[in-house]
Amino acid sequence: MQESRFAAEATNLVKTFDGKRAVDGVSLAVPEGSIFGFLGPNGAGKTTTLRMMLGIIDPDEGSRSLLGHDRPLEAAHDVGYLPEERGLYPAMTAREAIAFMGALRGLPLDAGRTRATQLLEENGLGDWTMKPIRSLSKGMAQTVQLLGTIVHNPKLIILDEPFSGLDAINQGKLEGLIRAQAAAGTTVIFSTHVIAHAERLCEQVAIIAKGKLAFSGGVAAARERLNPIVRLKTRATDGPWRSALPAAATRDGEEWHFELPDSGPEPLLKALIEGDAGIETLSIERPGLHDAFVAIAGEAAAAEMEEGK
Amino acid sequence: MKLPELLRAALVIARRDYSATVLSKTFLFFLLGPLFPLALGFMFGNLGGKIVKEADQPRVAVVSSQADYDALVAARDRLAPLAEERPMVGLVHRLPEADAKTQREALLAAKDTPVLGVLEGGLDAPHFTGDVDEEGRTLKQLASFVDLARQSALAAPPGGAPLGFTATNESAGSLVSIRMLTARAGQFLLFFLTLLLAGMLLSQMLEEKSNKVIEVLASSVPVDAIFVGKLFAMLAISLTGIAVWFAAGIGAFAIYVDGGLAAAPPAPAVGWPLFLVLLLVYFSMSYLLVGAAFLGIGAQASTVREVQTMSMPVTMLQVVLLLGAQAGVGKPDSIEALAAAVFPFTSPFAMIARAAEQDAIWPHLVALGWQMLWVALILKLAAKLFRKSVLKSGKPFRWPWMRKTA
Repeated sequence: MQESRFAAEATNLVKTFDGKRAVDGVSLAVPEGSIFGFLGPNGAGKTTTLRMMLGIIDPDEGSRSLLGHDRPLEAAHDVGYLPEERGLYPAMTAREAIAFMGALRGLPLDAGRTRATQLLEENGLGDWTMKPIRSLSKGMAQTVQLLGTIVHNPKLIILDEPFSGLDAINQGKLEGLIRAQAAAGTTVIFSTHVIAHAERLCEQVAIIAKGKLAFSGGVAAARERLNPIVRLKTRATDGPWRSALPAAATRDGEEWHFELPDSGPEPLLKALIEGDAGIETLSIERPGLHDAFVAIAGEAAAAEMEEGK
Repeated sequence: MKLPELLRAALVIARRDYSATVLSKTFLFFLLGPLFPLALGFMFGNLGGKIVKEADQPRVAVVSSQADYDALVAARDRLAPLAEERPMVGLVHRLPEADAKTQREALLAAKDTPVLGVLEGGLDAPHFTGDVDEEGRTLKQLASFVDLARQSALAAPPGGAPLGFTATNESAGSLVSIRMLTARAGQFLLFFLTLLLAGMLLSQMLEEKSNKVIEVLASSVPVDAIFVGKLFAMLAISLTGIAVWFAAGIGAFAIYVDGGLAAAPPAPAVGWPLFLVLLLVYFSMSYLLVGAAFLGIGAQASTVREVQTMSMPVTMLQVVLLLGAQAGVGKPDSIEALAAAVFPFTSPFAMIARAAEQDAIWPHLVALGWQMLWVALILKLAAKLFRKSVLKSGKPFRWPWMRKTA
């Protein structure tokens, strides 16, 4: 075991299925205590990367470590995992299902039962404690599995598409739960193809498309890859001020849109004023993560993300 | 992962599987399972026996003087013990009438006392008319009755004391035969239980695969622990069933068999208590050996249909194993018996036969160690195969010559 300030690291991971490279040289470093979003359209290689990092499958090439262990299963007691395809034994009660998942990761069964009862109460499922999973709604079962993921108080939680299949209310609850875990010092990695979740929750993101890592770093750094967007409305329709606008500027009704030139806002403002533009409104906005995703992963990947919602 | 942690993880999985099965309502059907063939066998055996008895006890009308008929009946009665369970021809007497032909036809057509045929002419000129096979049992028996009746009529009355008899509990000859019988019975019991119970392991991974629980398991514990847990859970379930069946069987034996447990057949070479312990131990080893292979093979299946398709060749394979092990019964030091004891899948069958025939204990200790080694090897291989082909883990397998060209 090595000392590391990263909860999870991957170096040049490669995985090929039936001759097709599903993951192609992905490297990641997830800082301890962070909420890390793994973004990409369906089939981009997110789940395969996570399964390799968890040790469910071995990579064809490359290495990975979880909580300083080069063999991920050695860290299993401190890791929680919610797979994309949810799976519970239908005949088990909610309490037993959670305690069983805890027991798999080293939590004694009795302690697991006590904690399961407490977690179910806290999450509004107290009446369902002794009910079999098959009698629960899909959303409830999903919550039970999520509680099973955290029952043993892991240091690292990996959630694969945790928001899929949840309604808006439950998505909000899940966001709250992720924030609470992070506030308690737990590192959370989650994959998603919905950028809004990552934008709201994450400090760090990785963007993957067609098996290759397109970006990994802070959300702010991703957004800073694009220049701010200027929105301008003027009284004058034409005049010398037009030469201050970049060639790529577009007009939407009475409003001009363009990227803030590298020279910054002051020379732009000066040129507009001296050119008699008659500024009615002017705003400079930092681009969102979606724009950053489009710029980094390309329009096609962004379109696939939209389709996958 | 260290061994204690692997065993701990296996225990968690085994406990879940065991309680999920034993506490389910369907387990009652599992326990009652062996009763169905027994009850059916009993029912059809009785019914069939009755039908056979009635159908196989042919009657023949004897048209003769009373003296000739009495001689024939006496001959029949003397021959009857030799026939044991095989039915002897029954005789019905009729005094001769004036018109022999009419009488014969009437007897052959009579429905109130149906007969196979008519024996006429007394002991001097016996002649049979009837619907029987010329080389068949009925005609042969009638010929014997007539011969014996004629000899009895000529010979002097028998004198001297009847055959005396003193029973002993055993003799060397009878012991060898009985121990061979015990050896075969032990093998059949082992085979039957393994066949009945190990087949369930083919579908053991289906539940996890269809419920997607396999992802949760595989991310938490090594695949080896999953396999070990599932195998031992099923063994524990089987032993629970066997304990119930044995208790019921011994109870029924004690109640319904004259003399109770004291009437048990002579002890096998190692004695009944050790033989029964070894039977249980070798069942466990046979179950683990065959089961580990079944678990590995069945884990490749994705649907119930695929499992069903695998069942037939797997059952045939078990029959072949039994036949292989049976070759050494009665000659425990022969090449066949030793080969069967060394080959891992036939080893438990061969060794239970040896326990019936030879009293040495050390071969059993060696065999158990050998069998356990193979269980571990097969499980390791099954887990590796599962990771490779089902989870698609690691580099795809390539033969050495393919690696060079790749």
